[in-house]
Amino acid sequence: MAEENALQTQERRTYQAVIGLEFHVHLATRTKMFCGCRVTYGEPPNTHTCPVCLGHPGALPVANERAIELGVMAGLALNCDVSRRAVFARKNYFYPDLPKGYQISQFDEPICLGGHLDVPLGDETVRVGITRLHLEEDAAKNVHVGTSGRMHGSVGSLVDFNRGGTPLMEIVTEPDIPSPEAARATANHLKDILRAIGVSEADMEKGQLRCDANVSIRNPDGSFGTKTELKNMNSFRFVEKGIARELERQQEILESGGRIEQTTLHYDPETDEVHELRSKEFAHDYRYFPEPDLLPLELSGSYVREIGDRMPELPDAMRARFVEHYGLSPYDAAVLIADRGLAAFYEEVAAEADPKQSSNWISGDFRALLNESGTDVGGSRVTPGHMVELIGLVGDGRVSRSAARTVLDEVFKTGDRPAEVVEREGLGSVEADELDGVVDGVISSNPDEAERVRNGDKKVVGFLMGQVMKATRGNADGGRARELLLQKLSS
Amino acid sequence: MISEEQVRHVASLARLGLTEDEIKEMGGQLDAILDSIEKIRELDLADTPPTANPLNLSNVLRPDEPRPELPREEALAPAPDPADDLFAVPRID
Repeated sequence: MAEENALQTQERRTYQAVIGLEFHVHLATRTKMFCGCRVTYGEPPNTHTCPVCLGHPGALPVANERAIELGVMAGLALNCDVSRRAVFARKNYFYPDLPKGYQISQFDEPICLGGHLDVPLGDETVRVGITRLHLEEDAAKNVHVGTSGRMHGSVGSLVDFNRGGTPLMEIVTEPDIPSPEAARATANHLKDILRAIGVSEADMEKGQLRCDANVSIRNPDGSFGTKTELKNMNSFRFVEKGIARELERQQEILESGGRIEQTTLHYDPETDEVHELRSKEFAHDYRYFPEPDLLPLELSGSYVREIGDRMPELPDAMRARFVEHYGLSPYDAAVLIADRGLAAFYEEVAAEADPKQSSNWISGDFRALLNESGTDVGGSRVTPGHMVELIGLVGDGRVSRSAARTVLDEVFKTGDRPAEVVEREGLGSVEADELDGVVDGVISSNPDEAERVRNGDKKVVGFLMGQVMKATRGNADGGRARELLLQKLSS
Repeated sequence: MISEEQVRHVASLARLGLTEDEIKEMGGQLDAILDSIEKIRELDLADTPPTANPLNLSNVLRPDEPRPELPREEALAPAPDPADDLFAVPRID
């Protein structure tokens, strides 16, 4: 009995998550994978189709050159080996969103194999292996009629083929992700990389990035336990929560002496529960064979090198450079590089203004203005030149920091130069002699408070400062005003 | 020899409803095809790369340029029972 308990305790301690992720990513092309229909989001249903993506008999696919290029770029960014030769294959199964009865995918000769992704997680880095990366086409969208969003309980299905044939990249990781938190970080990091190099917008809400997980718990002897597949978690938060919930479920089963069944599950964030998907229709016998309507891809070393040379800087490298070159903290650097446009804007400003001040203004006030108004850097009226000028005005003491915020608001609205705005709105710093008078005025109209400061009660200084700021409409240099106040009340 | 069970499996993957007689008939036909493949396997093909396409070409690609699309009415015209501008299919079980 004691021995049995000891064993249980030991097993309890050795529970270890084994997580592998599978991503499906929409490539940022203008047109579909095998036909010239536009890739669109939110358009009226069935307005972007042709005989190829509707699967009409006799229609022939031709692969999109840009999609191949983006696949190679993603492979290079994930440290993969780009294959010399890649072959499209038919994956055969029946579903209403797949009009041909097969999906064109890649099977035994994918475009990229074997890579890795270094995922920042707190202060550490987790290396996640990439098993493979291949190109395929997305299915159409089933609009299930029924109360729940899922198939179960539907009375019928309606199909929109706008999405059908969208270039899709599948990325499969090794099962070496140690925790739900690390899984979320992996998805996030992948999104950052794909966006940075322009391979995909990777917006989970738009379905441009989708994530499935293979989840199991390692046996006490170190071997893999039975895995379950968790389908289509549609936000980064749900990737973490879904996997955490599934691990909990598996652990409960194991602790009560049960066995994990290999199955496919769906995570319901509303109830925080996983449900088994009815998987009759997924035969998992896809009878892959080479797609006879498409010719093999031969990717020469020079073609791959040329793409590599044109690749934008990866987020890790850019972050390191911002820390090194501009002296920013890793956190400040990360905020800037999360938005490529903002990072480029920053670099233009930091070339001519103090890099630290530039970072504060751009990732603080400017980014807040962009977020509030829903514009991106490119669509904003504020130019790098404006920002350099504004930072200069503050640095020279010609505009107080708080007034400079108002100036930026106004530049953001009008596109006028900061100096003009200062002039027009009378936002220049209050001159020294003027400030002297204001301080005297505040002291004489608040005799009780002034007296308390004279008697050493420093808490009241704040109140008097407030009065000075009010009288100057925030245009006084705070440091100087405080100095003046204390000087005048020092005895 | 291909078993009736295998014929049934292949038929169900292809969504074909075969009668008992057809299962026997198809089994015979599939055997004949497999026999032909066996004959090829008698040859020494170690130095022959697998050939999925007789054309000695690769990288036949198209530029990422939009091409004319079908008007929606035309896209939906062959569908038996479209609803709300969507293709309607029976309930999926």
